[in-house]
Amino acid sequence: MSHVWRPLYVVLGIVAAILIARFFVVPPQFGVWERGYMYGWHNKAAETWWANFRVGYKGREYCKDCHPDNYNKIMASPHKIIECEDCHGPAIGHPDNPPKLEIIKSRLLCLRCHTKLPYPTSLRSQLPGFLNPDEHNPGIECVSCHDPHSPVLGGK
Amino acid sequence: MSLERRQFLKIMGTTAAGAGMLGAFRFLEKGEATQILGSGNPNQKWVFLVNTYNCVGCGMCVRACKLENEIPYNAPVSRTWVERYVELNSGKVLADSPMAARDGFTADNPMGKTVNPADITKAFFVPKLCNQCEKPPCVQNCPVGATFSTKEGIVLVDRTWCIGCGYCIMSCPYGVRFFHPVYHVAEKCTWCYHRITKGLKPACVFACPFGARQIGNPQDLNDPVTKTIATQRVAVLKDEYGTKPQVFYLGLDRIVR
Ligand code: HEC
Ligand code: HEC
Ligand code: HEC
Ligand code: HEC
Repeated sequence: MSHVWRPLYVVLGIVAAILIARFFVVPPQFGVWERGYMYGWHNKAAETWWANFRVGYKGREYCKDCHPDNYNKIMASPHKIIECEDCHGPAIGHPDNPPKLEIIKSRLLCLRCHTKLPYPTSLRSQLPGFLNPDEHNPGIECVSCHDPHSPVLGGK
Repeated sequence: MSLERRQFLKIMGTTAAGAGMLGAFRFLEKGEATQILGSGNPNQKWVFLVNTYNCVGCGMCVRACKLENEIPYNAPVSRTWVERYVELNSGKVLADSPMAARDGFTADNPMGKTVNPADITKAFFVPKLCNQCEKPPCVQNCPVGATFSTKEGIVLVDRTWCIGCGYCIMSCPYGVRFFHPVYHVAEKCTWCYHRITKGLKPACVFACPFGARQIGNPQDLNDPVTKTIATQRVAVLKDEYGTKPQVFYLGLDRIVR
């Protein structure tokens, strides 16, 4: 009879090995909550990991004390709706590392909003700008005439 | 059939070992799981509102998302993107989103074509991001349980556990998931879970100067976003899939896919 049982032992052995491995491999914080086996998987460890991801963007109140000129100027201009970090990148680490944030002087930065696109139901068509930006001082950086923190020429 | 002592012991031993093994099949039971996993705040869920009328297609949201979430800036993948829709008088629809609109739309060239403004019937921008479905097909499909919904309704991916099979990427009706070019696991928008759990706005909401993107708590009836969703004519994408998406759109149109 033993030759009949032997393959069965092999199978049982494999199953046992898998179960033992499973016991050690599956994370302790993995489980199933109220929503059951279809949508209810959960891993607390991964949730904590994502919650602890580093925050990059700080908000303009962070810049206020060190760059009061830029802050005050922009808050008094039509650009006050734009966050500093939209143009300068996330401030994480600044000013320790990196000591300076990115400065983009390209016309394309401004044209993200100031190429006038004639799209009737979109706010875009109502922003000040140029249907053909190549007709407004082509080849010269916008910031050589307009201060991005106070763009209206001649006051404000 | 008579059992020999030796054989009997063998069978008993195996049975005992087997019974022991069965313990390993055990998952955390519901109450137990809630205890370990935490019940979360029952008064906190998240919902997203996109006002397409206010979107100007500047792409600041996409730029902010990529930099905040460390998605390689020049890789052609993104957790969120902005689509441009231009419908012509002829009925033809031009839709594009070059580089996920990371650099915004700086020219009137939908799909690389020049269009005469007089030929445009309607044209607008539609930001897209993860819908954090209440019934997420990606969670249902994951063979290893590496992706899951948090109690507040955010779908996350466990990077250490994902095997990169791509089922979730195939199953998402909104095409939101992709392979992370560095970690080679499924990657998706988390509504900046690390920011919203700290009381900050998601990077895209933060970066939008025009309030086209907003986030709110549907459990709080005084939340302006919840009020808008309750009182205005909002729509969701691909309702027919039954995924119960949690991103609501103002000003959606039939030409939006
Ligand atoms: C603790 C003070 C501090 C804070 C807060 C701070 N900065 Fe700075 N920033 C500095 C210093 C110091 C420099 C270096 C100035 C230099 O070397 O000329 C700098 C440089 C810069 C530069 C480059 C200037 C240049 O001339 O190249 C930019 C742009 C900038 N900061 C933007 C920001 C923004 C936007 C924020 C808010 C998100 C911010 N900073 C917050 C101290 C600060
Ligand atoms: C619309 C995009 C934009 C926004 C918004 C913006 N900046 Fe700038 N910033 C620029 C550009 C472009 C320059 C380079 C100007 C130049 O070279 O003349 C610059 C220059 C600077 C500099 C270098 C010194 C200077 O004044 O030239 C600092 C510091 C700075 N910005 C801080 C800020 C802070 C703080 C805010 C928010 C309160 C802010 N910026 C908002 C585009 C922007
Ligand atoms: C995120 C979109 C955005 C970007 C990027 C942007 N602007 Fe603006 N800009 C605006 C808005 C919005 C206004 C205000 C429009 C209004 O008052 O209705 C404005 C106003 C202006 C005005 C005043 C127009 C007027 O009515 O007289 C000028 C000039 C200007 N911007 C120049 C620039 C320059 C130069 C840059 C690049 C450094 C730039 N903008 C980048 C959105 C933007
Ligand atoms: C050679 C200087 C110069 C350069 C370079 C320049 N501008 Fe101007 N811009 C002006 C002057 C002058 C005006 C008219 C004065 C005013 O209305 O403020 C003006 C007006 C504007 C206006 C208001 C137009 C309106 O319809 O009300 C906007 C917006 C503007 N510029 C954006 C830009 C942008 C974006 C760039 C870069 C692509 C740029 N400018 C480059 C000098 C310049």
